[in-house]
Amino acid sequence: MRARTLPLVLLALLVAVPLYADRRSDAKEHVEFGISIANKGLWSEATSHWEKAVEIDPTYAAAWNNLGIAYEQQGKFEEANKSYNKAIQLDPNNQLIRQNYDLFREIYDRTKRRRDR
Amino acid sequence: MTVRSAVAIASLTLAVAASAACVSFYDIAIETPIQAKLDTTPFQRVLVLGFVSGGSRDVDVNSETVRLLRSQLRTKSNLKVIDSDVVSLIDVVDKLKANVGTSAAAAAAPDTRIDAKADSKKDDLKSEKDLEAYDSIFADVAFWKKLGEEYQNPLIVTGTVYFTDINKSGIVERPQEVYDALGKRTVVSVRQWMDRKGYAIAPKFVFIDGRTGTQLYTDSYREETLYQATQNTPALSSYFELMDRLVPGFLNTLSSQKIKSTRTLLK
Repeated sequence: MRARTLPLVLLALLVAVPLYADRRSDAKEHVEFGISIANKGLWSEATSHWEKAVEIDPTYAAAWNNLGIAYEQQGKFEEANKSYNKAIQLDPNNQLIRQNYDLFREIYDRTKRRRDR
Repeated sequence: MTVRSAVAIASLTLAVAASAACVSFYDIAIETPIQAKLDTTPFQRVLVLGFVSGGSRDVDVNSETVRLLRSQLRTKSNLKVIDSDVVSLIDVVDKLKANVGTSAAAAAAPDTRIDAKADSKKDDLKSEKDLEAYDSIFADVAFWKKLGEEYQNPLIVTGTVYFTDINKSGIVERPQEVYDALGKRTVVSVRQWMDRKGYAIAPKFVFIDGRTGTQLYTDSYREETLYQATQNTPALSSYFELMDRLVPGFLNTLSSQKIKSTRTLLK
């Protein structure tokens, strides 16, 4: 039984690993291009690329982080909050994501308090 | 150039290139837009009338607040700021109370232009609680409506401002440089007793519709600043330091603001 399943598992791994690597590499291209155009102030175009990146690879914490920043820059606080939370969930030990999130929360909480009043 | 230095330059260049290629994060400046809390489109003009003020006698809080907010609104909002005398709301309330039984609003409104410096009750105001006794003025629809008619239906800004000196002595943590036997410098946190004094400000801004006399919005703030007891800081400079922190929030009530900050993009 074991002798029969082992090749199957290996085969599955052989197929899955390059697929994952391909997905991450595609997503990374979108993330990097997004960074280059965000630096030129083209935030909505950058947003589209980071949205594409998380669509291709939903486990890509950096892409979620960048998306959070882009939404924040556009005043879309609910979307930014969700994106930052997703980034933290995927990479809880990343201090840079945590720092971005803390800075965002200062503004988000203030606007939320105001709306709730 | 010796072989040695050529190798050193080449390896340095490689190291720089490698580190540049490995950079996985970028700091970027962002401007977060914050929507205005109030829709000011029905108004073309704003009247910062005056405040119920109390606390420290070192600063004429009513006049200074009116002056500061008017100048900020002139440069940072689209509303035309009405120039009028600063009104002492404490005197207005006292007049209204004295005229109970007659048509209060009608009796008080013509006398609102009272020199704020002649604010006779100011010395009696010791605490924020004392200011609350004057809150009834903000709900006096007839008074504000009459005032609104007088100034062609502006948005009216008023409220209370409490500014006082504070003493907060206690244990504080502060960084201290220490050098070991080898002269190596480190910074450690030291806990020590400190006598500190400073000032606190607690304004409540009330926004009133000059067309109807009704309250549109209120916003309260509280800020304080502390110095070492030996430091002599004038009350007026502390007042402006504290107001500097509050003014962006105040302006954001009337117009959208952008908060500048930095975030880190990741690869």
